[in-house]
Amino acid sequence: MTLRGGALVLTLCLLWSAAGGSADRPFLTLASTTSTRDSGLIRYLVPRFRSLSGADVRVVAVGTGRALELGRRGDVDVVLVHARQAEDRFMADGHGLLRRDVMYNDFVIVGPRSDPAGVAGTGAALAAFARIAEHEATFLSRGDDSGTHQAERRLWAMSGVEPSASSDRWYRETGNGMGATLNTASQLGSYSLSDRGTWIAFRNRGDLRILFEGDPPLHNPYGVMIVNPERHPHVKVDLARRFVEWLVSDEGQRAIADFRLEGQQLFYPSAGR
Amino acid sequence: MSELGQAFVTALRLIVELDPDLAEIVLLSLQVSGSALLLAAAIGLPVGAVVAILRFPGRRAVIVALNAAMGLPPVVVGLLVYLLLSRSGPLGPLGLLFTPTAMVIAQTLLIVPIIAALTRQAVEDLSDEIDEQLRSLGASFGQRIATLLFEGRFTLVTTLLAGYGRALGEVGAVIIVGGNIGHVTRVMTTAIALETNRGDLPLALGLGILLVGLALTINGLAQGVQEVARRAA
Repeated sequence: MTLRGGALVLTLCLLWSAAGGSADRPFLTLASTTSTRDSGLIRYLVPRFRSLSGADVRVVAVGTGRALELGRRGDVDVVLVHARQAEDRFMADGHGLLRRDVMYNDFVIVGPRSDPAGVAGTGAALAAFARIAEHEATFLSRGDDSGTHQAERRLWAMSGVEPSASSDRWYRETGNGMGATLNTASQLGSYSLSDRGTWIAFRNRGDLRILFEGDPPLHNPYGVMIVNPERHPHVKVDLARRFVEWLVSDEGQRAIADFRLEGQQLFYPSAGR
Repeated sequence: MSELGQAFVTALRLIVELDPDLAEIVLLSLQVSGSALLLAAAIGLPVGAVVAILRFPGRRAVIVALNAAMGLPPVVVGLLVYLLLSRSGPLGPLGLLFTPTAMVIAQTLLIVPIIAALTRQAVEDLSDEIDEQLRSLGASFGQRIATLLFEGRFTLVTTLLAGYGRALGEVGAVIIVGGNIGHVTRVMTTAIALETNRGDLPLALGLGILLVGLALTINGLAQGVQEVARRAA
Protein backbone atom coordinates (compact mmCIF):
# COMPACT_ATOMS: atom_id res chain seq x y z
CA MET A 1 0.00 0.00 0.00
CA THR A 2 2.80 2.37 0.95
CA LEU A 3 4.61 1.50 -2.24
CA ARG A 4 1.58 2.20 -4.36
CA GLY A 5 1.10 5.45 -2.46
CA GLY A 6 4.67 6.41 -3.22
CA ALA A 7 4.19 5.66 -6.88
CA LEU A 8 1.04 7.77 -6.90
CA VAL A 9 2.84 10.70 -5.32
CA LEU A 10 5.71 10.37 -7.76
CA THR A 11 3.32 10.36 -10.70
CA LEU A 12 1.54 13.40 -9.35
CA CYS A 13 4.83 15.19 -8.93
CA LEU A 14 5.83 14.42 -12.47
CA LEU A 15 2.44 15.58 -13.72
CA TRP A 16 2.86 18.69 -11.67
CA SER A 17 6.30 19.52 -12.95
CA ALA A 18 5.05 18.86 -16.47
CA ALA A 19 2.25 21.35 -15.87
CA GLY A 20 4.54 23.82 -14.12
CA GLY A 21 7.15 23.56 -16.82
CA SER A 22 4.62 24.21 -19.54
CA ALA A 23 5.92 27.78 -19.72
CA ASP A 24 4.50 28.06 -23.21
CA ARG A 25 5.85 31.57 -23.42
CA PRO A 26 9.37 32.82 -22.73
CA PHE A 27 9.50 35.00 -19.67
CA LEU A 28 11.63 37.44 -17.82
CA THR A 29 11.76 37.75 -14.05
CA LEU A 30 11.69 41.29 -12.74
CA ALA A 31 12.19 42.39 -9.16
CA SER A 32 10.30 45.58 -8.66
CA THR A 33 9.08 47.77 -5.86
CA THR A 34 5.69 47.44 -4.26
CA SER A 35 4.89 50.97 -5.43
CA THR A 36 4.96 49.96 -9.10
CA ARG A 37 2.75 46.95 -8.41
CA ASP A 38 0.30 48.45 -5.93
CA SER A 39 -0.26 51.48 -8.16
CA GLY A 40 -1.15 49.20 -11.09
CA LEU A 41 1.72 50.38 -13.33
CA ILE A 42 3.15 46.89 -13.77
CA ARG A 43 -0.18 45.37 -14.70
CA TYR A 44 -0.52 48.12 -17.29
CA LEU A 45 2.98 47.86 -18.79
CA VAL A 46 3.48 44.09 -18.93
CA PRO A 47 0.71 43.29 -21.45
CA ARG A 48 2.06 46.03 -23.73
CA PHE A 49 5.52 44.51 -23.71
CA ARG A 50 4.03 41.04 -24.12
CA SER A 51 2.08 41.96 -27.25
CA LEU A 52 5.25 43.44 -28.71
CA SER A 53 7.76 40.75 -27.78
CA GLY A 54 5.67 37.67 -27.13
CA ALA A 55 7.43 37.39 -23.78
CA ASP A 56 5.93 37.55 -20.33
CA VAL A 57 7.33 39.51 -17.42
CA ARG A 58 7.01 37.78 -14.05
CA VAL A 59 7.11 40.42 -11.38
CA VAL A 60 8.23 39.88 -7.81
CA ALA A 61 7.26 43.03 -5.94
CA VAL A 62 9.33 43.70 -2.84
CA GLY A 63 11.07 46.68 -1.21
CA THR A 64 14.09 48.14 -2.99
CA GLY A 65 16.52 46.60 -0.49
CA ARG A 66 15.23 43.10 -1.12
CA ALA A 67 14.87 43.69 -4.87
CA LEU A 68 18.57 44.53 -5.06
CA GLU A 69 19.38 41.47 -2.97
CA LEU A 70 17.40 39.30 -5.41
CA GLY A 71 19.48 40.84 -8.18
CA ARG A 72 22.77 40.25 -6.37
CA ARG A 73 21.87 36.60 -5.85
CA GLY A 74 20.85 36.19 -9.48
CA ASP A 75 17.26 35.28 -8.63
CA VAL A 76 15.88 37.77 -11.15
CA ASP A 77 16.96 39.08 -14.56
CA VAL A 78 16.03 42.73 -14.18
CA VAL A 79 15.64 45.08 -11.23
CA LEU A 80 13.41 48.18 -11.22
CA VAL A 81 13.92 50.21 -8.05
CA HIS A 82 14.08 53.70 -6.59
CA ALA A 83 17.17 54.35 -4.48
CA ARG A 84 19.82 56.05 -6.57
CA GLN A 85 22.72 55.63 -4.15
CA ALA A 86 22.00 51.95 -3.63
CA GLU A 87 21.65 51.51 -7.41
CA ASP A 88 25.03 53.14 -8.01
CA ARG A 89 26.59 50.84 -5.42
CA PHE A 90 24.95 47.84 -7.11
CA MET A 91 26.53 48.85 -10.42
CA ALA A 92 29.91 49.76 -8.89
CA ASP A 93 30.08 46.36 -7.21
CA GLY A 94 29.63 44.70 -10.60
CA HIS A 95 26.20 43.20 -9.95
CA GLY A 96 24.63 44.98 -12.88
CA LEU A 97 25.27 44.92 -16.61
CA LEU A 98 23.73 48.30 -17.32
CA ARG A 99 21.53 50.91 -15.68
CA ARG A 100 19.02 53.32 -17.19
CA ASP A 101 16.85 56.09 -15.79
CA VAL A 102 13.22 55.20 -16.40
CA MET A 103 10.84 57.56 -14.67
CA TYR A 104 10.22 59.58 -11.56
CA ASN A 105 7.50 60.82 -9.31
CA ASP A 106 7.65 62.22 -5.84
CA PHE A 107 7.21 61.45 -2.19
CA VAL A 108 4.49 63.06 -0.13
CA ILE A 109 4.28 63.64 3.61
CA VAL A 110 0.99 62.28 4.87
CA GLY A 111 -0.57 62.67 8.29
CA PRO A 112 -3.83 63.16 10.16
CA ARG A 113 -6.10 65.88 8.84
CA SER A 114 -5.76 67.79 12.12
CA ASP A 115 -1.99 68.10 11.46
CA PRO A 116 -0.91 68.45 15.11
CA ALA A 117 2.69 69.34 14.19
CA GLY A 118 1.60 72.00 11.69
CA VAL A 119 3.45 70.46 8.77
CA ALA A 120 1.20 71.88 6.08
CA GLY A 121 2.39 75.45 6.36
CA THR A 122 6.12 74.86 6.56
CA GLY A 123 7.02 75.54 2.93
CA ALA A 124 9.92 73.06 2.80
CA ALA A 125 10.17 69.30 3.24
CA LEU A 126 13.13 69.52 5.61
CA ALA A 127 11.35 72.08 7.76
CA ALA A 128 8.31 69.80 7.81
CA PHE A 129 10.41 66.92 9.08
CA ALA A 130 12.05 69.15 11.69
CA ARG A 131 8.59 70.27 12.82
CA ILE A 132 7.45 66.67 13.31
CA ALA A 133 10.52 65.95 15.42
CA GLU A 134 10.08 69.14 17.42
CA HIS A 135 6.47 68.25 18.31
CA GLU A 136 7.45 64.63 18.84
CA ALA A 137 4.39 63.76 16.75
CA THR A 138 4.24 60.05 15.97
CA PHE A 139 6.02 59.26 12.72
CA LEU A 140 5.85 55.83 11.12
CA SER A 141 8.95 54.76 9.26
CA ARG A 142 9.01 51.81 6.88
CA GLY A 143 12.19 50.59 8.57
CA ASP A 144 12.68 47.98 5.85
CA ASP A 145 15.55 49.35 3.75
CA SER A 146 13.11 50.05 0.91
CA GLY A 147 13.64 52.97 -1.46
CA THR A 148 11.13 55.01 0.50
CA HIS A 149 12.85 54.16 3.77
CA GLN A 150 16.24 55.19 2.38
CA ALA A 151 14.77 58.45 1.11
CA GLU A 152 13.17 59.07 4.49
CA ARG A 153 16.46 58.50 6.33
CA ARG A 154 18.18 60.89 3.93
CA LEU A 155 15.51 63.54 4.59
CA TRP A 156 15.97 63.18 8.35
CA ALA A 157 19.75 63.48 8.01
CA MET A 158 19.36 66.59 5.85
CA SER A 159 16.95 68.17 8.32
CA GLY A 160 19.45 67.72 11.12
CA VAL A 161 17.37 65.27 13.15
CA GLU A 162 18.27 61.63 13.20
CA PRO A 163 15.56 59.89 15.16
CA SER A 164 15.97 56.28 16.14
CA ALA A 165 13.27 53.78 16.96
CA SER A 166 15.14 52.63 20.02
CA SER A 167 15.49 56.02 21.73
CA ASP A 168 12.70 58.23 20.32
CA ARG A 169 9.23 57.20 21.43
CA TRP A 170 7.53 59.17 18.67
CA TYR A 171 9.53 57.48 15.89
CA ARG A 172 8.27 54.00 15.05
CA GLU A 173 9.36 51.45 12.48
CA THR A 174 6.78 49.12 10.97
CA GLY A 175 9.33 46.99 9.10
CA ASN A 176 6.62 46.53 6.51
CA GLY A 177 5.50 47.56 3.03
CA MET A 178 4.14 51.01 2.17
CA GLY A 179 0.53 49.86 2.19
CA ALA A 180 0.84 48.11 5.53
CA THR A 181 2.55 51.19 6.95
CA LEU A 182 -0.23 53.46 5.67
CA ASN A 183 -2.81 51.10 7.20
CA THR A 184 -1.07 51.50 10.55
CA ALA A 185 -0.61 55.26 10.16
CA SER A 186 -4.28 55.70 9.43
CA GLN A 187 -5.18 53.83 12.63
CA LEU A 188 -2.64 55.61 14.84
CA GLY A 189 -3.15 59.04 13.29
CA SER A 190 0.58 59.33 12.66
CA TYR A 191 2.73 60.98 10.04
CA SER A 192 4.56 59.03 7.37
CA LEU A 193 6.38 59.40 4.07
CA SER A 194 4.82 57.70 1.06
CA ASP A 195 5.54 57.54 -2.62
CA ARG A 196 2.74 59.22 -4.54
CA GLY A 197 1.88 56.13 -6.57
CA THR A 198 1.06 53.95 -3.59
CA TRP A 199 -0.78 56.83 -1.92
CA ILE A 200 -3.10 57.42 -4.85
CA ALA A 201 -3.82 53.72 -5.20
CA PHE A 202 -4.35 53.30 -1.45
CA ARG A 203 -7.96 52.71 -0.40
CA ASN A 204 -7.88 52.80 3.38
CA ARG A 205 -6.83 56.39 4.03
CA GLY A 206 -9.25 57.07 6.86
CA ASP A 207 -8.23 60.41 8.33
CA LEU A 208 -4.90 60.60 6.50
CA ARG A 209 -4.26 63.45 4.07
CA ILE A 210 -1.33 64.71 2.04
CA LEU A 211 -0.01 67.49 4.25
CA PHE A 212 3.11 68.42 2.34
CA GLU A 213 4.23 67.92 -1.27
CA GLY A 214 6.10 69.48 -4.15
CA ASP A 215 9.60 70.23 -2.83
CA PRO A 216 12.77 69.13 -4.72
CA PRO A 217 14.13 66.92 -1.89
CA LEU A 218 11.00 64.80 -2.34
CA HIS A 219 12.05 63.81 -5.87
CA ASN A 220 11.72 60.04 -6.39
CA PRO A 221 13.59 58.67 -9.44
CA TYR A 222 13.32 55.08 -10.63
CA GLY A 223 16.09 53.19 -12.40
CA VAL A 224 16.20 49.86 -14.19
CA MET A 225 19.18 47.50 -14.17
CA ILE A 226 20.02 44.22 -15.88
CA VAL A 227 21.65 41.65 -13.62
CA ASN A 228 25.24 40.92 -14.66
CA PRO A 229 25.35 37.68 -16.69
CA GLU A 230 29.06 37.31 -15.96
CA ARG A 231 28.11 36.55 -12.38
CA HIS A 232 24.92 34.70 -13.18
CA PRO A 233 25.13 33.00 -16.59
CA HIS A 234 21.46 31.97 -16.57
CA VAL A 235 20.31 35.61 -16.75
CA LYS A 236 18.21 36.10 -19.87
CA VAL A 237 20.27 38.95 -21.22
CA ASP A 238 18.69 39.23 -24.67
CA LEU A 239 15.18 39.36 -23.35
CA ALA A 240 16.26 41.66 -20.53
CA ARG A 241 17.82 44.03 -23.06
CA ARG A 242 14.65 44.05 -25.13
CA PHE A 243 12.61 44.90 -22.07
CA VAL A 244 14.88 47.69 -20.90
CA GLU A 245 15.26 49.11 -24.41
CA TRP A 246 11.49 49.13 -24.74
CA LEU A 247 11.03 50.83 -21.35
CA VAL A 248 13.36 53.68 -22.31
CA SER A 249 12.18 53.89 -25.94
CA ASP A 250 9.79 56.63 -27.04
CA GLU A 251 7.01 54.10 -27.04
CA GLY A 252 7.73 52.75 -23.55
CA GLN A 253 8.17 56.23 -22.15
CA ARG A 254 4.91 57.37 -23.70
CA ALA A 255 3.16 54.37 -22.17
CA ILE A 256 4.50 55.31 -18.75
CA ALA A 257 3.40 58.92 -19.19
CA ASP A 258 -0.06 57.82 -20.33
CA PHE A 259 -0.68 55.65 -17.28
CA ARG A 260 -3.46 57.14 -15.18
CA LEU A 261 -4.97 56.12 -11.90
CA GLU A 262 -8.17 57.88 -10.91
CA GLY A 263 -7.40 60.49 -13.54
CA GLN A 264 -3.96 61.27 -12.17
CA GLN A 265 -0.59 60.76 -13.80
CA LEU A 266 1.57 58.72 -11.42
CA PHE A 267 4.91 58.43 -13.17
CA TYR A 268 6.85 60.83 -15.39
CA PRO A 269 9.27 59.52 -18.04
CA SER A 270 12.93 60.39 -17.48
CA ALA A 271 14.93 58.25 -19.91
CA GLY A 272 15.34 61.02 -22.47
CA ARG A 273 16.70 63.56 -20.05
CA MET B 1 -19.58 46.89 11.23
CA SER B 2 -20.06 48.48 7.83
CA GLU B 3 -16.59 47.29 6.77
CA LEU B 4 -17.29 43.75 7.94
CA GLY B 5 -20.63 43.81 6.16
CA GLN B 6 -18.91 45.06 3.04
CA ALA B 7 -16.45 42.16 3.28
CA PHE B 8 -19.28 39.61 3.32
CA VAL B 9 -20.93 41.31 0.35
CA THR B 10 -17.57 41.26 -1.44
CA ALA B 11 -17.11 37.58 -0.65
CA LEU B 12 -20.56 36.78 -2.03
CA ARG B 13 -19.93 38.86 -5.13
CA LEU B 14 -16.60 37.09 -5.71
CA ILE B 15 -18.34 33.72 -5.60
CA VAL B 16 -21.27 34.74 -7.78
CA GLU B 17 -19.18 36.46 -10.43
CA LEU B 18 -16.74 33.54 -10.58
CA ASP B 19 -13.99 35.82 -11.80
CA PRO B 20 -11.52 33.73 -13.86
CA ASP B 21 -8.51 35.37 -12.18
CA LEU B 22 -9.90 34.44 -8.81
CA ALA B 23 -10.72 30.90 -9.94
CA GLU B 24 -7.11 30.55 -11.05
CA ILE B 25 -5.89 31.71 -7.64
CA VAL B 26 -8.21 29.34 -5.78
CA LEU B 27 -7.22 26.43 -8.00
CA LEU B 28 -3.52 27.10 -7.52
CA SER B 29 -4.03 27.26 -3.74
CA LEU B 30 -5.75 23.88 -3.75
CA GLN B 31 -3.17 22.42 -6.10
CA VAL B 32 -0.10 23.63 -4.18
CA SER B 33 -1.41 22.74 -0.74
CA GLY B 34 -2.85 19.46 -2.03
CA SER B 35 0.49 18.43 -3.53
CA ALA B 36 2.25 19.42 -0.32
CA LEU B 37 -0.22 17.33 1.65
CA LEU B 38 0.35 14.24 -0.53
CA LEU B 39 4.11 14.53 -0.23
CA ALA B 40 3.98 15.28 3.49
CA ALA B 41 1.64 12.33 4.06
CA ALA B 42 3.96 10.02 2.11
CA ILE B 43 6.79 11.08 4.43
CA GLY B 44 5.03 11.91 7.68
CA LEU B 45 2.74 8.89 8.07
CA PRO B 46 5.48 6.23 7.87
CA VAL B 47 7.94 8.32 9.88
CA GLY B 48 5.36 8.88 12.61
CA ALA B 49 4.46 5.19 12.70
CA VAL B 50 8.09 4.07 12.83
CA VAL B 51 8.88 6.44 15.70
CA ALA B 52 5.77 5.16 17.47
CA ILE B 53 6.68 1.47 17.54
CA LEU B 54 10.45 1.36 17.17
CA ARG B 55 12.56 1.66 20.32
CA PHE B 56 15.87 3.29 19.52
CA PRO B 57 18.36 5.50 21.37
CA GLY B 58 17.41 9.17 21.20
CA ARG B 59 13.78 8.34 20.52
CA ARG B 60 12.54 10.74 23.18
CA ALA B 61 14.61 13.54 21.66
CA VAL B 62 13.14 12.79 18.23
CA ILE B 63 9.63 12.96 19.66
CA VAL B 64 10.33 16.26 21.37
CA ALA B 65 11.87 17.62 18.16
CA LEU B 66 8.88 16.51 16.06
CA ASN B 67 6.41 18.04 18.49
CA ALA B 68 8.35 21.29 18.65
CA ALA B 69 8.67 21.44 14.86
CA MET B 70 4.88 21.57 14.60
CA GLY B 71 5.25 25.19 15.59
CA LEU B 72 7.85 26.09 12.95
CA PRO B 73 7.15 29.64 11.78
CA PRO B 74 6.27 29.54 8.05
CA VAL B 75 8.53 32.50 7.38
CA VAL B 76 11.52 30.56 8.71
CA VAL B 77 10.71 27.57 6.50
CA GLY B 78 10.26 30.00 3.62
CA LEU B 79 13.65 31.57 4.20
CA LEU B 80 15.33 28.19 4.47
CA VAL B 81 13.82 26.98 1.20
CA TYR B 82 14.61 30.33 -0.40
CA LEU B 83 18.28 30.04 0.53
CA LEU B 84 18.35 26.48 -0.83
CA LEU B 85 16.63 27.32 -4.11
CA SER B 86 18.14 30.76 -4.72
CA ARG B 87 20.41 30.89 -7.75
CA SER B 88 23.29 31.46 -5.33
CA GLY B 89 22.17 28.53 -3.16
CA PRO B 90 23.03 24.83 -3.39
CA LEU B 91 19.95 23.93 -5.47
CA GLY B 92 20.03 27.13 -7.52
CA PRO B 93 20.80 25.48 -10.86
CA LEU B 94 17.42 23.72 -10.77
CA GLY B 95 15.77 27.10 -11.35
CA LEU B 96 12.88 26.28 -9.02
CA LEU B 97 12.65 29.61 -7.20
CA PHE B 98 9.42 31.53 -7.83
CA THR B 99 7.61 28.45 -9.16
CA PRO B 100 4.66 26.52 -7.69
CA THR B 101 7.08 23.62 -7.14
CA ALA B 102 9.08 25.78 -4.71
CA MET B 103 5.85 26.53 -2.85
CA VAL B 104 5.02 22.82 -2.64
CA ILE B 105 8.48 22.08 -1.20
CA ALA B 106 8.14 24.81 1.44
CA GLN B 107 4.67 23.74 2.52
CA THR B 108 5.72 20.09 2.59
CA LEU B 109 8.56 20.90 4.97
CA LEU B 110 6.15 22.94 7.04
CA ILE B 111 3.57 20.19 7.54
CA VAL B 112 5.68 17.01 7.65
CA PRO B 113 6.35 17.57 11.38
CA ILE B 114 2.64 18.10 12.07
CA ILE B 115 1.66 14.89 10.30
CA ALA B 116 4.56 12.87 11.71
CA ALA B 117 4.03 14.07 15.29
CA LEU B 118 0.27 13.53 15.30
CA THR B 119 0.65 10.15 13.56
CA ARG B 120 3.22 9.11 16.15
CA GLN B 121 0.77 9.85 18.95
CA ALA B 122 -2.17 8.15 17.24
CA VAL B 123 -0.23 5.01 16.33
CA GLU B 124 1.39 4.76 19.74
CA ASP B 125 -2.03 4.85 21.44
CA LEU B 126 -3.25 2.18 19.07
CA SER B 127 -0.16 -0.03 19.33
CA ASP B 128 -0.80 -0.62 23.05
CA GLU B 129 -3.89 -2.54 22.02
CA ILE B 130 -2.93 -4.38 18.89
CA ASP B 131 0.81 -4.32 18.31
CA GLU B 132 1.36 -7.11 20.84
CA GLN B 133 -1.13 -9.20 18.93
CA LEU B 134 0.50 -8.39 15.59
CA ARG B 135 3.89 -9.43 16.89
CA SER B 136 2.58 -12.69 18.30
CA LEU B 137 1.13 -13.40 14.89
CA GLY B 138 4.63 -13.01 13.48
CA ALA B 139 3.90 -9.89 11.41
CA SER B 140 6.91 -8.26 9.82
CA PHE B 141 7.88 -4.66 10.68
CA GLY B 142 6.40 -3.34 7.45
CA GLN B 143 3.18 -5.26 8.00
CA ARG B 144 2.88 -3.92 11.52
CA ILE B 145 3.28 -0.35 10.31
CA ALA B 146 0.82 -0.78 7.47
CA THR B 147 -1.75 -2.41 9.77
CA LEU B 148 -1.40 0.20 12.48
CA LEU B 149 -1.76 3.03 9.95
CA PHE B 150 -4.80 1.31 8.49
CA GLU B 151 -6.39 0.75 11.90
CA GLY B 152 -5.80 4.37 12.81
CA ARG B 153 -7.15 5.73 9.54
CA PHE B 154 -10.07 7.64 11.04
CA THR B 155 -7.85 9.55 13.48
CA LEU B 156 -5.26 10.02 10.75
CA VAL B 157 -7.77 11.76 8.48
CA THR B 158 -7.98 14.49 11.11
CA THR B 159 -4.18 14.57 11.19
CA LEU B 160 -4.06 15.08 7.44
CA LEU B 161 -6.72 17.77 7.65
CA ALA B 162 -4.67 19.59 10.27
CA GLY B 163 -1.70 19.52 7.92
CA TYR B 164 -3.76 20.63 4.96
CA GLY B 165 -5.29 23.48 6.92
CA ARG B 166 -1.89 24.69 7.96
CA ALA B 167 -0.62 24.58 4.36
CA LEU B 168 -3.69 26.24 2.87
CA GLY B 169 -3.69 29.04 5.43
CA GLU B 170 -0.03 29.99 5.62
CA VAL B 171 1.37 33.00 3.81
CA GLY B 172 4.87 33.44 5.25
CA ALA B 173 6.57 30.64 3.35
CA VAL B 174 4.86 30.84 -0.04
CA ILE B 175 5.25 34.59 -0.39
CA ILE B 176 9.04 34.26 -0.03
CA VAL B 177 9.66 31.25 -2.25
CA GLY B 178 6.81 31.93 -4.70
CA GLY B 179 7.19 35.70 -4.96
CA ASN B 180 3.42 36.26 -5.26
CA ILE B 181 3.71 36.57 -9.06
CA GLY B 182 0.31 37.13 -10.68
CA HIS B 183 -0.93 34.14 -12.74
CA VAL B 184 2.13 32.12 -11.72
CA THR B 185 2.52 31.85 -7.96
CA ARG B 186 -0.32 33.91 -6.50
CA VAL B 187 -2.46 31.92 -4.09
CA MET B 188 -5.34 32.90 -1.80
CA THR B 189 -3.19 33.95 1.14
CA THR B 190 -0.71 36.00 -0.88
CA ALA B 191 -3.60 37.66 -2.72
CA ILE B 192 -5.02 38.63 0.69
CA ALA B 193 -1.64 40.06 1.69
CA LEU B 194 -1.55 42.02 -1.57
CA GLU B 195 -5.01 43.54 -1.15
CA THR B 196 -4.24 44.41 2.46
CA ASN B 197 -1.18 46.26 1.23
CA ARG B 198 -3.26 48.15 -1.27
CA GLY B 199 -5.57 49.16 1.55
CA ASP B 200 -8.54 47.39 -0.03
CA LEU B 201 -9.54 45.81 3.25
CA PRO B 202 -13.06 44.68 2.25
CA LEU B 203 -11.65 42.80 -0.74
CA ALA B 204 -8.87 41.33 1.42
CA LEU B 205 -11.34 40.16 4.04
CA GLY B 206 -13.72 38.96 1.33
CA LEU B 207 -10.95 36.72 0.01
CA GLY B 208 -10.33 35.62 3.59
CA ILE B 209 -13.98 34.63 4.01
CA LEU B 210 -13.73 32.67 0.78
CA LEU B 211 -10.66 30.87 2.12
CA VAL B 212 -12.48 29.96 5.32
CA GLY B 213 -15.42 28.74 3.24
CA LEU B 214 -13.07 26.60 1.21
CA ALA B 215 -11.58 25.08 4.35
CA LEU B 216 -15.07 24.40 5.71
CA THR B 217 -16.09 22.67 2.48
CA ILE B 218 -13.00 20.48 2.45
CA ASN B 219 -13.41 19.52 6.10
CA GLY B 220 -17.11 18.85 5.56
CA LEU B 221 -16.33 16.57 2.63
CA ALA B 222 -13.69 14.73 4.64
CA GLN B 223 -16.16 14.30 7.49
CA GLY B 224 -18.77 12.90 5.08
CA VAL B 225 -16.33 10.44 3.52
CA GLN B 226 -15.21 9.37 6.97
CA GLU B 227 -18.77 8.65 8.09
CA VAL B 228 -19.57 6.67 4.97
CA ALA B 229 -16.36 4.67 5.42
CA ARG B 230 -17.06 4.07 9.09
CA ARG B 231 -20.50 2.72 8.31
CA ALA B 232 -19.08 0.45 5.64
CA ALA B 233 -16.38 -0.81 8.00
